[in-house]
Parts: sequence; structure tokens; C-alpha cells
Amino acid sequence: MSAENKPFNVIGKARRRVDGRAKALGQLRFADDLVLPRMLHCKMLRSSLPHAVIESIDVSRAEKHPGVRLVLTGKDFPIPFGIMPVSLDEYALAPERVRYVGDPVAAVVAGDEQGANEALDLIDVKYRPLATIATPEEALAQPEPRIHDYGEQGNIHRNLAYEFGDVDEALAKSDHVFEDTFFFQGNTHLAMEQQAALATVEGDGKLLLSTSTQNPHYLHRQLARVLQMPASHIRVIATPNGGGFGGKCDPANHEIVVAKAALLLGRPVKICLTREEVFYQHRGRHPVLMKLRTGVSKDGKLTAMHLQTLLDGGGYGSHGPASTFYTGVLTPVTYELPRFKFEACRTFTNKPPCGPKRGHGTPQPRFGQEVQLDKIAEKLGLDPADMRLNMVTKRDSLTASWLRIGSTGLAECIRAVVERSGWKHKHRKLPLGRGVGIACSAYMCGAGVSIYWNKMPHTGVQLLLDRSGQVTVYCGATELGQGSDDVLATIVAEVLGIDTGLVRCVTGDTGITPIDLGSYSSRVTVMMGNAALQAAGRVRESIAAAASESLGIAPDRVVFAQGRVFAAEDPDKGMSFTEAIALAEAKFGTLSTVGSYSPPRAPGRYKGAGVGPSPAYSFSACVVQTEVDPETGWITVPKIWIAHDIGRTLNPVLARGQVIGGVYMGLGEALMEEQVFRRLPPKLSGALVHRIPSLLEYKSLTALDMPEVDVTLIEEPDANGPFGAKEAGQGPLLPVMPAVANAIYDAVGVRIDEVPITPDKVLRALELKAQGKNPRVGPESFPSVPYPAPIRVLPPWEGGDGDEIKSPAGEPWRRKVAA
Amino acid sequence: MNAVRMKLRVNGEAQEILFHSYKTLLEVLREELNLTGTKHGCELGECGACAVLVDGEPVLSCLTLALECDGRSIETVEGLAQGTQLHPLQAAFADCGGSQCGYCTPGMLMTAKALLEAEPDPSRERIREAISGNLCRCTGYQQIVDAIERAAADMRGTRA
Repeated sequence: MSAENKPFNVIGKARRRVDGRAKALGQLRFADDLVLPRMLHCKMLRSSLPHAVIESIDVSRAEKHPGVRLVLTGKDFPIPFGIMPVSLDEYALAPERVRYVGDPVAAVVAGDEQGANEALDLIDVKYRPLATIATPEEALAQPEPRIHDYGEQGNIHRNLAYEFGDVDEALAKSDHVFEDTFFFQGNTHLAMEQQAALATVEGDGKLLLSTSTQNPHYLHRQLARVLQMPASHIRVIATPNGGGFGGKCDPANHEIVVAKAALLLGRPVKICLTREEVFYQHRGRHPVLMKLRTGVSKDGKLTAMHLQTLLDGGGYGSHGPASTFYTGVLTPVTYELPRFKFEACRTFTNKPPCGPKRGHGTPQPRFGQEVQLDKIAEKLGLDPADMRLNMVTKRDSLTASWLRIGSTGLAECIRAVVERSGWKHKHRKLPLGRGVGIACSAYMCGAGVSIYWNKMPHTGVQLLLDRSGQVTVYCGATELGQGSDDVLATIVAEVLGIDTGLVRCVTGDTGITPIDLGSYSSRVTVMMGNAALQAAGRVRESIAAAASESLGIAPDRVVFAQGRVFAAEDPDKGMSFTEAIALAEAKFGTLSTVGSYSPPRAPGRYKGAGVGPSPAYSFSACVVQTEVDPETGWITVPKIWIAHDIGRTLNPVLARGQVIGGVYMGLGEALMEEQVFRRLPPKLSGALVHRIPSLLEYKSLTALDMPEVDVTLIEEPDANGPFGAKEAGQGPLLPVMPAVANAIYDAVGVRIDEVPITPDKVLRALELKAQGKNPRVGPESFPSVPYPAPIRVLPPWEGGDGDEIKSPAGEPWRRKVAA
Repeated sequence: MNAVRMKLRVNGEAQEILFHSYKTLLEVLREELNLTGTKHGCELGECGACAVLVDGEPVLSCLTLALECDGRSIETVEGLAQGTQLHPLQAAFADCGGSQCGYCTPGMLMTAKALLEAEPDPSRERIREAISGNLCRCTGYQQIVDAIERAAADMRGTRA
């Protein structure tokens, strides 16, 4: 046995996740399960109007209500916050303006929730209503009233344009140009756990906030900002999240409110949002209107694409600047695309803020692109699977936009789902009412740059071992259910040749764990994993040095496997792992190592090139089978096949779970999930309100609606992933929606160019078909958006250097003129 | 507000509790008895996270007034394991990926327990039907069905 290439101990083996037992016992302590002596309860009053100036707030009656200890309003929070430094536009409680129904304006802290709720009714708020901006179209047409006094102009929050090579020229030379518009409705995370937070001032006088957050580090920074306290006096513990999906990424109003209340009262203060409030907190999928102009050659290769997007951002910035980029930047990752232009605009509207949901900004354009490809294949008489297979991006290539693609198993993914689904016998061959559709996608494994500019690592891991044999690993990453603790334990266990059960994970605690930027952008496996690999490798080196002395062999001949440390050439010659630790502790003193990770520098050098680069990309392909009842439009999905290029499978049980869970969420988005709004009747204020802020009416798939999913894990190890591993948490959601749309076309010959794809839309399209009209339901037009002049960058194969070109007017596509 | 006194059995133990009459069974379990394993996801009977067994039948504890449970027998997730020995359903959930975030797990487990007590050998379709009132946002249900199927086999003593 070689010391370097030993077979894996734990990687790739199906096993119980490290937190599985506690979860099955109901022992895991979520934020709302926490109770402290002398704890008080907090409730927030939320705006009943979508857009208004707060003229006055009278809290005097609430303050006198029995049991009330504290009432807070906007004047208690003069400092704004936000997840992104360019969008610090939120206040814990609105000081003078409310921007959506549900915007928090006051908070009551009382002895119990009941008392706090009663006191909310005693707060008198006088509003002066402002005109409501309900849609992006309205936001573009009505620059006044401005929802925010910052942003690009009027009610445009972010507006950007990039062009990689002369797209108009390429389209003009293409054999065919396809132009389509698509709409992707907004939807929300609907994590089963409602957000909860408990703040207390600990014995040492410092603030402790235990909260269901995906990003304790960013929250920590924003707390220090808003509370005007040194960050070192604040500790944030990310309690295990009862699902996140992006919904617990933003620092939230309620977290800041209870922190402030605990500091003022010197008593623990807890809040748990109601389900209705969770719909207002939102930060979910942006509704996006898209237009794609795509050029293809007659043999079905892409020549160029011009993508335009218009995002409905809701009332605040949230992750919006990043979301805007993400509606374009990952588009060129799946297929070879010689030239690419994208323009994106995010508007403010008087609705709950949109933000990052699983796939963050990319499911929308991927839906448009993959449905359009199906139309292109149809028109060119090509098999849509073969057409895709012929143009997948290549390993270690660059995109026109200068993203570096590492490993890719997309071709393998396509072959796998084609084979397993019986695609060749089904596509265009099933009887009327039954069909199959295919779609692909790619996703990043961690954002290449931090949300705030800094030169420090993106993640850190610390290991502590002692003579008792215990291995404790500390990392700021947070467990959402996605299995980050198991990934951490797996990597440490693999390096040290022990069982994951021997590794104790201490995670998501800014008071004691090294900083990790958070559980977002599918960054944890690659980034935390690499840091863990480094920390474990370092301690392994110390242990090997000590053990090799005892064994009388060279340190590089020491093998760590099956809980033992032994000689490569003579496995009987060795010791237990615990004995080896004791030798190392004797030789080197207390055993602790650290590891950290920063992503590689991206090749793009133009302004904005920081969004999109990732250490690696995952790839997925999906075939969906549908049955559509032509009488009712009812859609049934009996089976889904998905293949996901995960790089390396660390724990197949979890990896499959992530993939199936992503497919589930994607299918819900395809068929039913939507965050939609309606106007109250004029006599009831006419306010724009959430149509369905409840779990019953916000439709999601039940166990009965969910088909069996056939999962294939494709392993194309990536040089930048720990043991080659890539993400699985977000990518597998992405191809599902377009595959459903394409399967419905195969079944009944109608195009539904928007999601969700509901029976009424199918029926409408079938009626159009019967009338001999274009059997399509979707957006009819794309509005005129004042996009800026694009930043122009030459693709790598056109002699570009990755930087913006600044050429004389009239010669836009000459290379940068030497100074 | 009137506090009321009541006796009931919880996980086989006799309990006498004093609570505000407006409280639901969910609130009494979580707040008076510190049995926080039972979760709330909506408090409106929409999600199943709060499912417990009352006299062996699954009920939504968020829609049940605690007052209705006078003298009745309640089972929660905390009562499933025997000492440190996991119930077969718990072991299967942990091993098969039935829990991701774990928030819906207690309600799923109790619903599944009631199913397997009534039907020791349910089909996958029957399992899906039985848990269709319990929402899960992580798993896509497939590994939950796998887990219940495996637990059923374990409990029948027929797993290969």
C-alpha cells in the first residue's frame, strides 16, 4: 500500500451524517428551541401600506400595556444596514418611510408573546400614502416617487451591460437568429423553520445573538455597524438552520431588534417570526423578464447571444447588485458561445425584497436559454440532446467572458440521462399527451470574491487533537441541512484515516470558530473543504513525524487508515490513532493546526469581472417526463432523470439527497410556486399585498406530487476541489424548470414560455393551437430599458487580454490602444 | 387569563400541568413541558411539522387546544427511542438521508409511526399518501420514503 494513494476510508462511502442522530431524536436545538432564564419575547409591527411616509408613531398606549418592557421604533436605529456594502438601505425599524406591506416599523418586548402581540395593536402609526410602484414596468415608467434616493436613476437600482465581442456582427452573419422572451415568476424559499433569534448579554458583558442565519460573519459585521459596538464585543451563533435555501443570508431586521433590546434591558430577548412574516422577510427569487437573441449556424452551433433581463427587486437592495449580475454571468458556462452580450436592470418596487434563492439569479436565464435551445433544435431538425452534446464547453477552457472552466462532466451527464431515460425511444415518439424534455445547467462552487472587499481568506478551519483521541474541528461555516458539518468531518476523517464519528464539529460561532464567509453560493464544500484539507494535512504531518520515529520508518511511509497509523510496507507494524496522537503531543506539545482558503485569481480584469468566477463549476443534465391532460391542462410528472457532475462524491447519501432536493424545489418552481401580489379593494386601502402568505396557499409539492428521481452522480474531479469535490446544493435545481417546459411541448405541442407552468396556461395554449394560432403562452414583448453603454471586452480567442477595451469612437472593437 | 390544571400522559409518563387555557397542545408541549422536539412550521395546520400522536392517532398539535387532551396519552418524538437505542424509524431516517435540516423530521417520524402501527408493510405509494400532510423542503421526500420503507422492513424483521 502506498502512503500517498491509499484507498479512501470514508469518501464515497454511504453513511449516516454526523448530525443525523440528533436530528432523528428531535434533539437538535434550533433557534426557537432555545430558552434562557428571564427571557422576554419580541414582536414586530409591520406596515399595512406598500409605500408611505411615516408621519408619526405614538407608542404611549403600548408602553402602558401590562407586561410590556420596551417599545422600539425607527428612531432607535439611526444607522442603516444591508448585506452588500453598495446597498446599505435598510433600517431595523423604518424611520420615516415604509416600502412594502410587511416592512417593520416598531417592536414590542414583553413578558410573553401574547402580551407583545396585544401591545402591537396599541401602537398608532400615521402614514401618508405614496404612489405604489407595483412592477418593473411601472418602475421604469415612473421615476417618481423614488422608492430609494440612491441607485442608478429613478426607480432603477442597478443597471449594467457587458459585451464580449461584437454580437451584432456575429448575429448578422449567423444562419439563423432566434428571438424569444421569457418570464420567470418570483417564488420564495419556504424553509420549514421560521426565522428565530435569541439575544442576550452574557456574563462577560458581551452581546450574544443565537439565530437561524446562513451567514453569521456578515451578520456579525452588520450588528457591529448598526449597534455601534466593537465586533469583538459581539458573538453570533448560527443555530442549526431548519432549511435556508438563501432565505437566511441577509442580516434581518428582527435580529438587530432583539440584539438592541437585550442590550437595553439586560435580559434575554427572543423573537420567532410567524409564517406570514417569513413571506414578508422573503429575499427570494427575483421575478425576471428576459429577452434572448441567439445566433446559430445551420449545424446547430451557437454563434452569439444577446441576453436582456429585467428584475423586479422589491423594496430594498438585499443581494440585488449581485443578483443582477447573476442573471447573465453564468450563461456562457454550459455551451461554447463565441460572443456574448448581456444587459441587466434591477428595479425597486413596493414588494418584499427579493434576494438570493437556490441558484441565485441564474435559474431565470437558464430557463430561457434551455427552452430556446429546444426551439432551435426543433427548427433545425436536430435532436436536442445531440445538439447540446455537440457544443458543451471544454475542460480548462475560458468563456467569452473570461470565466475559467475547470473540470466538466456535462457531456457525461447528458449521455447518462439520455441513456437512463430511454430518450431516443421517447422524444417525439410518445403518444399525444405524453412527452419528455431535456435541459442542462452549470453552477459555481463558491463566489470568487467576498461580499465586502478584503484580502483575507474566505474561510478558516482549526483543528484540535489531544491524547484522548478526540478530534475537534472548528469552522465558521453553517449547517443548513445541506450537510456542511458532514463535509467538514469527512475531509478531516479521510486525511487522518479515522471514522467521521470521531470528529466533533464546532461550527458557525463567531466567538470561537475561524471566519468562514457563510453558507451561500455553494461555496462550502470547495472552500471550507480546502481549508480543512490544509489543517488536517498539517496535523497529519506532525503525527506522522512522531509515529515514524517510533516505527523506525520515514515519515512519508506512514499510513493513516481505519483508525490506525502504520507502516506502508508492513501494515501490522503500527499503532492506534490515539497512541499516535499521544506520541505527537509528547514530541510537539498541544496539537492544533489551522488551514485557510482563498479562491484563485480570475483571469478577467474588466470592472465587474469579480462576479461569476469560481474555483470550479458543477454541471447537470435532466430529463423530465410529463403527462398532460389535453382536456384540463393538468400536468403530471411521473419520472425525472438527473445526472450531476459533482467532481467527487464525499457521502453518496447526502449527495443524492441534495440532488433530489434540488430537483424537488425546481419542480415546484416549474409547476406551482409563486410569490404573487394583489391589490386590496379601494375601500380597504387599495394596498398591494401578498396574495398568499401562508404555507397552505403558497403551493409546494407534497410527497404525493413528487415523482421518483433517478440520480446519476458523475465524478469529474476538479483540481480546485477537496479530493476533487464540487457542489451539489444548487446546481441540480437549475435544469428542471426548462426540462419540464420542453417536456410539455413534446407532450402536447404548446410552448409555455414562463414559470410556473400551470394547467390554465397549458389550456390557454391548447385553445390557441386549436384555433390555428401560435400555441404559446408567455410574455408578448420586452419593454424598452435604458441600459447603459456596454463595457466591451474582447473574448480570449479574439486577442483580448481580459480587460475592457477603450477604443476610439466608430471603431468599437479594436483592441485597447497602447498608451 | 385563566390558568387551568390538567392531567395527561406524555410519552408514557403521567404529567400534571398548569397552563393558560388558550394554549395549543404544541405550545404546552414546547413551553410548559420543554419538549422542543415537536416543531412549529406555520401554526395553522398547513405543514405537519407539529404532528404528534394523541391516543395513537396523528394530530396537528398546533390546531389542538391543550384543553382537549385532558386525560389523554400523547406521544412525541422524545418518546420514540428506548434509552439510547434509536427507534427503527429514527435509525432509518438518519441512515437513509430522511433528515436533511431535520426540522420536519419529528412530525414525519410520528406520522410514519402511526402508519406502520396500522400497516406494517405499506407500499411506497401508501407511504407517500400517509406523509402527504407533512411538508419537507429539503429532501424531495424520496429518501424519507426510503427510510420508512426500510424501517418497516426492520420492524417486520425482514430486511435483507
